[in-house]
Amino acid sequence: MQTVIFRTAAPYLASLMVMFSVFVLLRGHNEPGGGFIGGLIAASAFAIYGIACGVTPVRRALYFHPMAIAGFGLFLSTVAGLASLAMGVPFLTGLWTEVHLLGVTLDLSTVLFFDFGVYFVVVGAITSIALALEEREED
Amino acid sequence: METALTALVGLFYVVSIYLMLSRHIIRVLLGIAIFGNAVNMTIFTAGRIMREVPPIIPEGQSALDGVTANPLPQALILTAIVISFSFFAFLLVLAYRAYQELGTDDTDEMRIAEPEGEGLPPLGY
Amino acid sequence: MAAVTSAPVDTSAALVQAATSLLDWVVIAPVALPILGGALLMMVRHRTHLHAAVTFAVLLATLVSTLMLLSRVVGDGALVMTMGRWLPPFGISFTADVLGASFAAAATFATSAAAVFALRDIDATGRRYGFYPFLLLMIAGVNGAFLTGDLFNLYVWFEVFVISSFGLLILGSERRQIDGAVKYAVLNLIATTVFLITIGYLYGVFGTLNMADIARKADGLRENGPLMTIATLFLLAFGMKAAAFPLNFWLPASYHTPRIVTSAMFGGLLTKVGVYALLRTFTTLFPVERAILSDVIAVVAILTMVLGALGALAQSDTRRIVGFVVISGIGTMLAGLAIGSPLALTGTVLYAVHSILIMTALYLVVGLMREAAGSFSLHDLGGLYRSHPLLAAMMLAMVLAAAGLPPLSGLWPKVVLVKAAIEGNAWWLTAAILVSSVLTTIVLGRVFALAFWRPEQDTSLRSQTRPIDAVAGYGTVFVLLVPAVWIGLWPEPFLHVAGLAAAGLSDPAAYIGSVFAAQGGS
Repeated sequence: MQTVIFRTAAPYLASLMVMFSVFVLLRGHNEPGGGFIGGLIAASAFAIYGIACGVTPVRRALYFHPMAIAGFGLFLSTVAGLASLAMGVPFLTGLWTEVHLLGVTLDLSTVLFFDFGVYFVVVGAITSIALALEEREED
Repeated sequence: METALTALVGLFYVVSIYLMLSRHIIRVLLGIAIFGNAVNMTIFTAGRIMREVPPIIPEGQSALDGVTANPLPQALILTAIVISFSFFAFLLVLAYRAYQELGTDDTDEMRIAEPEGEGLPPLGY
Repeated sequence: MAAVTSAPVDTSAALVQAATSLLDWVVIAPVALPILGGALLMMVRHRTHLHAAVTFAVLLATLVSTLMLLSRVVGDGALVMTMGRWLPPFGISFTADVLGASFAAAATFATSAAAVFALRDIDATGRRYGFYPFLLLMIAGVNGAFLTGDLFNLYVWFEVFVISSFGLLILGSERRQIDGAVKYAVLNLIATTVFLITIGYLYGVFGTLNMADIARKADGLRENGPLMTIATLFLLAFGMKAAAFPLNFWLPASYHTPRIVTSAMFGGLLTKVGVYALLRTFTTLFPVERAILSDVIAVVAILTMVLGALGALAQSDTRRIVGFVVISGIGTMLAGLAIGSPLALTGTVLYAVHSILIMTALYLVVGLMREAAGSFSLHDLGGLYRSHPLLAAMMLAMVLAAAGLPPLSGLWPKVVLVKAAIEGNAWWLTAAILVSSVLTTIVLGRVFALAFWRPEQDTSLRSQTRPIDAVAGYGTVFVLLVPAVWIGLWPEPFLHVAGLAAAGLSDPAAYIGSVFAAQGGS
C-alpha cells in the first residue's frame, strides 16, 4: 500500500477516526454507541495508519504497548465495578453523581468509566492483533 | 420468518461441519467461522423475531409500551461475536505460524507433538 | 446530554434492596482480584522483575478470599451477589455454593503452588511474553466459572480461561507447541461453540439463563420443551471440555507440549471445570434428564477410566503418561455423576478436589524428574533413587495418591464411589473403578521402577540436568502433598464438606432460595 494518495491521506483519516471514536464512546452515555464500537473504530484507525505508513510509526504514535493499553482498560473497568464497594451495593452497580463545571452540569458515573475501560481494552487488543498481522506481512 | 431463518441456520451448520471435517487447517478455520455465525443466528432465532420495534423507552415514559424486539439475544450475540472474533484472529495467526513452522496445513501430517511409530515403552529392566 | 430532563424513573422495584455488607464481597473477590492483578501486570509488562511478586501477593489474597468464602458457605449456605443490583434473573448472580467454593479454593491453591514452581521453570523471555498475567487471568476465568450462577456468564468465563490458556500453551513458540496448540485450540473452540448452541436453545425454551431460575422452571417445561436435547448437548459440550472418552483426543495431543508448569495447571484445573459444569447442569438444572442419560454417562465413564489407563500404559513419554492418567481420573468423576446418589456425588466432589491437587503435583514431579535426569522418556530415565531419594519419596506418594492407595488422598473418594456404585447396583462401574485403579498403579509403578530403581541409562544426559531447587522445586510439590496427606489420614472434615456440596447438588431448593431470597424464596 505505497500509493501517495493513501499515504498522505492516512494520517488525517486516522486522526479523524480516532476523534470520531471518542465521539461514539461519549455518545454511548445515553444513545446508541459506547466503548466497544468506539474502540473498534479507533483500532481500525490505527490499522489503517499501519497499512499506510508501516507498523513502527503506529507503535511510536501509540507510545504505550497495545497490550498495556488493554491492561489499563481492564484495570479501569474492574475498578469502576469495585467503586460500589464503598456504597454498600453489589459489584458493578452504576453510581451517578453530578459535577458542576463552568456552568455546565455533567453526569458522571461509574458506568462511564467502565465504558472507558471497555474502549481501551478493545483498542489495545484489536490493535495488537492487527499490528501483529501487518508486521508479518512485511517480513 | 422463524422457519426461513431456521432453514438458513441448518444450512450454515451443514456447511460448517462439512468444512470442519476437512484435513486442511484453512478449511477447518473457515468452517469454524461459519459455525460461529450459525450459532449467533441460532440464538437470534431462539430469542423470537420481532421486526422494526427497537426496545427503546420513548421520551417521557418509564416503561416500554407494547411488544418490542427482545434485546437480550442481541446482547448475547454481541458478546459471542466479540469472543469468536478474538478466537478466530488468534486461530488465524496460529494456523499461519503452524504453516510456516511445520510446512504443512494438512492435519494428518502434523505429528510433531505425537510422533508416528513411537515404540513401546521399556517392557522390563 | 444532561439537558434532557425527563421525570426520574423509579427503579427501586427492580433493584436488590438489601445492603451488601463488606463480607459479601468474598464471592466476587476470587475473580476480581486476579483480574486486577493480571491487568496491572499487563500495564507493566516490561518490568518482569515485578511480575512474580505481584502474582504471589494477588494469589495469596485470592486464596484467603476463597477460603473465607468456603468457610462462609459451609456455615450459612450459598452466598449470592447480583451484579449491578438488578434483581435476579435479570442481573447476573454470582452464586457460590459449597461445590463452587471448594473447587475455587482447591484451584487457587494448586495455582499458587504452580506459580512458585514457575520461578524456575519460566525464564525471562517467558515472563516478558506474559506468563504471569496469563496465569492470573486463567485463574480468574476458572474461579469465575466455579462461582457464577448464570449460564451465559459461565460461557464467558470458559472463554476467558481458554484464551489465557492459549497464551500459556504457546509460550516459547516451539514447533511441538504450535502443533499441540492447533489441536487444542480448534477442539476447545468447537466445544465452547457447542455450549453456546445449547445456551441458544435453552434461552429459546426457558427465556432465562439464570441457573436457579432454570432449575425452578424446568419441571413446568419438561412436558413440552426439548429438555432432553439440551441436556444431551450439554453432555457433549462439557464432556469435550472435561476430556471424556470419545472426545478426549485433544488432551494427549497438547498437554505435554508446553512448559511443565503450564501442563500442571492445565491438568489440575481445566478439565475439572468441565466436570464442574457437568455436575452443575446435570444435578441442579436437569436431574430428570440425568437419570435418563445415566446409562450413557456410565458407559462414557467406564470407557474413559479404562481406556485412559490403557493409553497411559502404551506411552513412553512421562508427560503423556500423566495426561492419560488425568483422563482416567475424569472417568472416575463421571462414574459418580452416572450413579447420581448423594453419596456418589460426595465421592465425585472429593475426587475432583484430590485430582486438582494431585494432577498438578504429578506433572510437577515429572518436571523435577526431567531436571534430575535430563529426559522425559522412560527409555532414558534411570538411577534416580540413588541420586535423588527425596524425589523418590515424592514420586512414591504420587503413585499411591493417583492409584487410590492409602495413606493418600485418592483412597477415600474411591472408597466412597465404590460404595455408592455397589449401593446403586452399578457393578460395571464398580469393576471399572477398581480395574482402572489397578492399571494406574501399574502405570505409575512402572514409571517409578524404571526411573528410580533401574540403574542410570545414559550418562550423556547428565549435561542436561540441573540441581532441583529446594523451594521452587521440592517445596511446591511438598505444599501440594500436605492437603493430600491430610485428606488421606483425616478425611472427616473433607468428606463433610464434600457431603454438603453433594447435598446442595441433590436438592437445589436452597440454591434457588438463596438467589431469589429478595423475592421471598421461589
